[in-house]
Amino acid sequence: MKKIKELIKKYPILSIGILVLISPLVFSGVGHLFIDTGKAEALSVVPRLGPNSELWLGSDMHGRDLFAVAVAGIPLTLYVGFLAGIISLGVGIVLGFLTGYLGGWLDDIVRLFTDSLMTIPSIAVMIVLAISIEENITLNQMALVISSLAWMGPTRVIRAQVLTLKERPFIEVSRLSGMNTFEIIFQEILPNMLPFLAASFTGAVTGSILASVGLEAIGLGPMADPTMGMTLYWAISFTAMLAGMWWWWLPPIIVIMIIFSGLYLIAAGLDKIANPRLEGPQA
Amino acid sequence: MTFKFVSKRILMFFIVVLVASSVNFFIPKLVPDTDPVSIRMMEIADQGGVYDEGMKAVADEYFKMFGLDQPLWKQYLFHLRDAATFNLGVSFTYYPSTVMGMIWDALPWTFGLLFTATIMSFVIGGVVGALLGWPYAPRSLRYIVPPLFLFSAIPYYMLGLLLIYVLAYWLPLFPTAGGYQIGEIFNFGWGRMVDIIHHAALPALSIVIAEFGIRSLVTRGMILSLYGEDYIKLAEAKGLPNSRIFMWYGIRNTLLPQFTILALHLGHIASGAIIVEIIFAYPGLGNLLRDSVQAFDFPVIYGIVYFLILSIAVATLLLDFIYPIIDPRITYED
Repeated sequence: MKKIKELIKKYPILSIGILVLISPLVFSGVGHLFIDTGKAEALSVVPRLGPNSELWLGSDMHGRDLFAVAVAGIPLTLYVGFLAGIISLGVGIVLGFLTGYLGGWLDDIVRLFTDSLMTIPSIAVMIVLAISIEENITLNQMALVISSLAWMGPTRVIRAQVLTLKERPFIEVSRLSGMNTFEIIFQEILPNMLPFLAASFTGAVTGSILASVGLEAIGLGPMADPTMGMTLYWAISFTAMLAGMWWWWLPPIIVIMIIFSGLYLIAAGLDKIANPRLEGPQA
Repeated sequence: MTFKFVSKRILMFFIVVLVASSVNFFIPKLVPDTDPVSIRMMEIADQGGVYDEGMKAVADEYFKMFGLDQPLWKQYLFHLRDAATFNLGVSFTYYPSTVMGMIWDALPWTFGLLFTATIMSFVIGGVVGALLGWPYAPRSLRYIVPPLFLFSAIPYYMLGLLLIYVLAYWLPLFPTAGGYQIGEIFNFGWGRMVDIIHHAALPALSIVIAEFGIRSLVTRGMILSLYGEDYIKLAEAKGLPNSRIFMWYGIRNTLLPQFTILALHLGHIASGAIIVEIIFAYPGLGNLLRDSVQAFDFPVIYGIVYFLILSIAVATLLLDFIYPIIDPRITYED
């Protein structure tokens, strides 16, 4: 407990960010105790009701209990983002280390491709992938589609870090003391890169949630799952805004904003750890 | 600009274009049961066409017409040839409109929206960010502005939805959707201009608000690093007014690096703008893309995707080549 307090004091922004990011999950966890998430499916309650004592967030046009939708959907939205983030970071670590540490023609080729693919508007390719998958895309397929164009950022960051780290004297020392390449990578370089890895993971998760909600909001998501993006899609397609059904579109927006604010604060906090020089003006 | 740099940059451009056109060719082929001819035949059947032996003949004719009876490598080469000559085929839904024609109709809207919103976010974000990094700027600014950065963490389309609710539904100041007043004859004139700006205001605003945060963070970082430079010290020692140092020694030197950032971000900005257009039913490429996704109008979808990637690639290439011309310090020597 005491240690956690110290950590919070040392890294206030990072801690607030983690708390903010976890809060929707806590809400969902507590919500599971009070509500039957089966009501998140269509046709389970009376449609088009405003919030009342029975349905705390009302119901949508299809008769979903929107409180149950929020409870069931929050973990799904985060799941897609984190899965895609993990895949991208994994690809980034493998490619970043291979190219940064070994260099040579492999480095040239991978760099050519990362630099080229960076400029592609990813949503365009994701749309082609998503419509090509038979009718109903699953959450896992979505994560794969997203990570297929999200690995370039982590690869670049990790490669650059490996390049600077491998020239440091302590790496030279461990090489002279007989460690092989794998030991150097896993015992010396990787631990020194943790803040950067965490930062690029946060970036990848942010980008992936952004992409998944975007794909879902235009109707290319998993139709059966009550994710935040799908809820928005239904709300947009039934013009819930102009029908005054704020209880339909506002909760997913608030949840997404909370998730993104949390990720933003985490990124800012990690940035302070990774680049301590980035403080404000000194005058 | 060395020959090596130019050739590498052009190679990168061709990789992007090749990836774009190959994605369009191979991904649909990897998926079973979605060859365009059977989809078309099903559509004909849906519309009340009859099933008989004639269907088989029609299908064969279609296969021949689109070259689908050829081996795969030949089809791929044909596809690349068509992509290189912008022969993107015809729409299923709006047959016989060509995909290219539909793209040209939608393009001015997207371009206008993106261009103005990008310029606005660069100007506003640049000035605000520079002020944040400048030691003599009013202190209050440092407490007011950083919370606004949270907006940059929020996706474009969320801001769009909120803006629709607040400024179009709750306070009906702006139209909720569309690019122009429907039901009038489309002519160009002052009233039309005002109408177009009126409709573009909210979509543009949601892009500007979201982009502004990133822009100002970047400029702030640049100003901070500039402040230790000798020429700033000299300007101060000469007794120049602070505002003048800020404008002509500070901001001026942050302008050039913004170009590279712009080049790297174009793809990101375009991705966001597509979704903003969909939210606002703005008559650009994004909206066309949504409509064709819903109608499974594959040629139009692939056409837009290819065109988008190609135009971003061209823009990035041009920016990269212009950069060393406007900034003589850049030589692109490895």
